[in-house]
Amino acid sequence: MDKITALVVDDSSVMRKIVERSLRQAGIELEKVVEASNGAEGLVALQGNKVDLILCDINMPVMDGLEFVRQAAAMESAKGIPIVMITTEGSESHVVQALTAGARGYIRKPFTPDQVKEHVLPVLGKKQ
Amino acid sequence: MNTDASLVTRSHEENWLPILELAVEEVFEIMVGCRVKVAGQSEHKPNEEFTAMVGLAGALCGILTVCCDAQTAGEVAKSMLGDTADSQEQVADALGEICNMIAGNFKNKLAGTDGRCMLSVPTVISGGEYSFHSLAEGTSVETVLLFEGAPIAVRLQLES
Repeated sequence: MDKITALVVDDSSVMRKIVERSLRQAGIELEKVVEASNGAEGLVALQGNKVDLILCDINMPVMDGLEFVRQAAAMESAKGIPIVMITTEGSESHVVQALTAGARGYIRKPFTPDQVKEHVLPVLGKKQ
Repeated sequence: MNTDASLVTRSHEENWLPILELAVEEVFEIMVGCRVKVAGQSEHKPNEEFTAMVGLAGALCGILTVCCDAQTAGEVAKSMLGDTADSQEQVADALGEICNMIAGNFKNKLAGTDGRCMLSVPTVISGGEYSFHSLAEGTSVETVLLFEGAPIAVRLQLES
């Protein structure tokens, strides 16, 4: 598998590190991990980096994850980049909102590395 | 029928406690890599040097808190991150995220909250010299769990 650059958007630095570790445990080789602590920072990061995968929380200050996904989906430079939500919000309505906005996957916290693998590899076009 | 109000009024502490405890156990097992055991509240009271809080609004309205001493908070952070968890900021972040996941896991286990209960971002207080006054005077559920022998208190206070 080619090395990828992942953008991890979460207001918790601890959670960003756990997500990165889970990606590595899933066998995904990471060239670089770009971190952002809210949706607005995530949009800025998208303008300055070539990103292959986005993992994004929903509940964040400044700009939440759903608004980030909506705005990222409308950016020419972000077209085609798969977005997977990783969030405590587990309701069907949140899942529908996220997928409608443009997310390709949805992982509920707490999560295992196997769940990350199960949801992330398909959106990268990789077999599990 | 006002379903938002009825969700709380028809639920009872004795029904919610096992759901809360299950939510806590799952979060610790999956994200911290450690099993926690329910302890008697009267026998084990944590020294509340770290308090993480997450607000709930909508179908459930109130606050969930997770309290423990500083050493336990540090051990939780180390279990989540490895030895790289060395600053007070990271310890607070880790405990806040634990509180956030417990609140989310708890509400996801309750029928009838689908999309109608929102969570705040976590807040963490360090230091024990404070008094806690919640305006959510209604149902209160509390449990104490042992993490590697050290008590962690989890409280859910909801408006009636």
